[in-house]
Amino acid sequence: MRLDPRIPEGPLESKWTRYRDNVKLVSPANKCRHTVIVVGTGLAGASAAATLAELGYRVVAFCFQDSARRAHSIAAQGGINASKNYQNDGDSTWRLFYDTIKGGDFRSREANVYRLAELSVNIIDQAVAQGVPFAREYGGMLANRSFGGALVSRTFYARGQTGQQLLLGAYSALARQIGLGAVEMHPHTEMLDLVVVGGRARGIVTRDLLTGRVEGHAAEAVILATGGYSNVFFLSTNAKGCNATAIWRAYKRGAGFANPCFTQIHPTCIPQAGEHQSKLTLMSESLRNDARVWVPGTKGDTRDPAEIPPAERDYFLERIYPSYGNLAPRDVASRAAKRMCDDGRGVGPGGRGVYLDLADAIARLGQDEIRDRYGNLFEMYERITGEDPYRVPMRIYPAPHYVMGGLWVDYDLASTIPGLFVLGEANFSDHGANRLGASALMQGLADGYFVVPYTLGEYLAGMRLEAVDPNDAAFADAKRLLAERTARLLGVRGSRTVDSFHRELGAILWERCGMSRSERALGEAIGKIRELREGFWTDVRVPGDGNDLNQELEKAGRVADYFGLAELMSLDALERRESCGAHFREEFQTPDGEALRNDESFSHVAVWEHAGDAPPVRHTEPLAFESVGLAQRSYK
Amino acid sequence: MKLELHIWRQKGPREKGRFVTYPVGGIEEGMSFLEVLDVLNQNLIGRGEDPVAFEHDCREGICGSCGMVINGIAHGPRRGTTACQLHMRHFSDGDVIFVEPWRARAFPVVKDLVVDRSAFDRIVQAGGFISARTGSAPEANSILIGKETADLAMDAAECIGCGACVAACPNGSAVLFVGAKITHLGLLPQGQPERLARARAMVEAMEGEAFGSCSSHRECEAVCPKRISISTIARLNRDYIKASVARPRHASGKVQEPVGT
Repeated sequence: MRLDPRIPEGPLESKWTRYRDNVKLVSPANKCRHTVIVVGTGLAGASAAATLAELGYRVVAFCFQDSARRAHSIAAQGGINASKNYQNDGDSTWRLFYDTIKGGDFRSREANVYRLAELSVNIIDQAVAQGVPFAREYGGMLANRSFGGALVSRTFYARGQTGQQLLLGAYSALARQIGLGAVEMHPHTEMLDLVVVGGRARGIVTRDLLTGRVEGHAAEAVILATGGYSNVFFLSTNAKGCNATAIWRAYKRGAGFANPCFTQIHPTCIPQAGEHQSKLTLMSESLRNDARVWVPGTKGDTRDPAEIPPAERDYFLERIYPSYGNLAPRDVASRAAKRMCDDGRGVGPGGRGVYLDLADAIARLGQDEIRDRYGNLFEMYERITGEDPYRVPMRIYPAPHYVMGGLWVDYDLASTIPGLFVLGEANFSDHGANRLGASALMQGLADGYFVVPYTLGEYLAGMRLEAVDPNDAAFADAKRLLAERTARLLGVRGSRTVDSFHRELGAILWERCGMSRSERALGEAIGKIRELREGFWTDVRVPGDGNDLNQELEKAGRVADYFGLAELMSLDALERRESCGAHFREEFQTPDGEALRNDESFSHVAVWEHAGDAPPVRHTEPLAFESVGLAQRSYK
Repeated sequence: MKLELHIWRQKGPREKGRFVTYPVGGIEEGMSFLEVLDVLNQNLIGRGEDPVAFEHDCREGICGSCGMVINGIAHGPRRGTTACQLHMRHFSDGDVIFVEPWRARAFPVVKDLVVDRSAFDRIVQAGGFISARTGSAPEANSILIGKETADLAMDAAECIGCGACVAACPNGSAVLFVGAKITHLGLLPQGQPERLARARAMVEAMEGEAFGSCSSHRECEAVCPKRISISTIARLNRDYIKASVARPRHASGKVQEPVGT
């Protein structure tokens, strides 16, 4: 597997400008002859599909939801970063770049991250022009707030629904192109395989979720913007439908999978309430602007939080990380909360929770101001827990939220299969071993609006691709494999539901490949995952048939893919013998329990190549830090 | 707690549907309404029966996927709450609960509780946007928007497109959905150039679908999980009437004479 990141020459600050100056262009008359498939209509997919259609490409887009507007980007709450420096507090492209590299614990590629920081300002301009109603100051200027891992205030927001508003902006641009006939949209359609012809990605095979109809779609290029795989843990903050199938199928067809073990556990989620819980709900990191995180100072203190005087509380983030305090990055804050609970000082049922307390802010700013800033989050908390957060501090606990790992891409966002591009959370590119808050929206939109429209041209310009027909042998083969797999899933007729397997898989991973990992636990995880996979293929029960809406069949296909992914995650975590960012190996920590990197041996991207029935092969892309010095991350 | 669920079962768009009764036990008050359906479905699969099909995704009240009529009320008894955010502490042991899909001609039933809401997408495709090509945007702070205006636009923009408004309306009208978008974009300076054309295009697209007309029952506002105000409908009407009396112009800017006069 050849891993050339294809980083442009020249100084960091001018790489993207030079790239754009020299990129090959497709003539306007030829763009309409190129069909481009876009899978997924979240921020990355919708923005890419709309922009490519505006440029004149023939775009065919797919989403599994009943409408493109429902992609999971819609649930992002807190905000989007951009280095506008409207606050005059010292922000700059460089600072956003540096914060992101440092936040990622020096495991991302400098050139990509710098480009992201550069493009961040264009995203805000674009969104405002589309009518995204960002929060404003009384004078009419855009407002900002702070997020973790930064000492400047650079986050733009629309109440607690920033993702919704940005997605509706991208969706409206996409809808306009659909209305103009420039995009052919297929909702309720799931990609189930990638078709590679002559070594290039030339199409996909899909299943219409309402009719069960399996179809081939041919194109000159395929763009995957299918999001992350936190749902491998069963309980996560992701929407129930989020899945890894598209990228997993691409991996099996030859795309390298980078850093699968880099999964982010978000510190501020509502703790699990019962055994029937179907998902976990995030409370936006933006709350940490005004909230203080604490646990009782002594073990086993079961008093009502109001009865614990300030002197007997441990504001542990402020104590351990005085300079960043409650705005420590996610991986650091999550582990600190876990340590408190492991120490017996957790609160709530089962002792797996810490307080996120806004009492001081309410006293200082008044209830109205807090409602204005976080009203919808407070409402959501109240609905789920039945407790009023204006009176009682919220209880929170870390939960799987985002994955930094994903398909490997070069500077052009091109995977190891020519013609296959990967955008947004589905790729691995910008966040290293830990993503900072409010950076996912930024990356998805940068990839879709401003990166792939250029890099796709570089790929297609001057390329003479042979015509491919969806009835060709490669498509027929893929369809046959899919039909066999569906028949196999339906044919087991065992005794256990898909969900019961998924829950068990999630528990195995969460305990052994979650917030804390060790050689022993990871070895155990791999054994248990294999055992469970065998159980699945001999004892799962999928009712119905494949010819109409069958939600159990959809889930079964996704869970079947999770077994392989879970094993690869564990293997990757096992092989990365260091701690970095969200990947915490118990064997590698500083005396005070922080992640201990090993730059000499692991300053690289781990890229896995599928090898059929043989074990996957681990390749590496060395990371060169030419502009920033590698440093021990400190938020103290 | 134990519940008696009466759920609408319908195999396909052209099949005849009916209520089927399912007793469900072991319900805890912290569970969401959709988690009750999850439990029921696990039981049904165990017994070799077909599980109940229902749309759901984020389960945080923001994606707009879920939607069902619970005891006659779209999204159930709690105001401003989607079905996925409705928790069982608002029900009591022994409750009898009827669960139906959205009932509206414009939203045909696909299966069980799943309906086809693609009409909403077609209305947005007709004009529910500001035409702003990627790359053409001016500096974000170059056009000021007062906080109050931005807040009002945001109130309307919160619509999640779930379709409860249509389901609750005796006429099956979509004016709250359309009004919310017309209000959101029509309040902002960026939305002015296309404001009247947008209103006309969206209303005409709405009328091309199988939605009914508004006769001010206000049921839509009562069930809207995002509490969108019916003042957005007034704004829709105003912009649409203005658009109707304004004479269409050629691209040249010259007023076009109505055909046939």
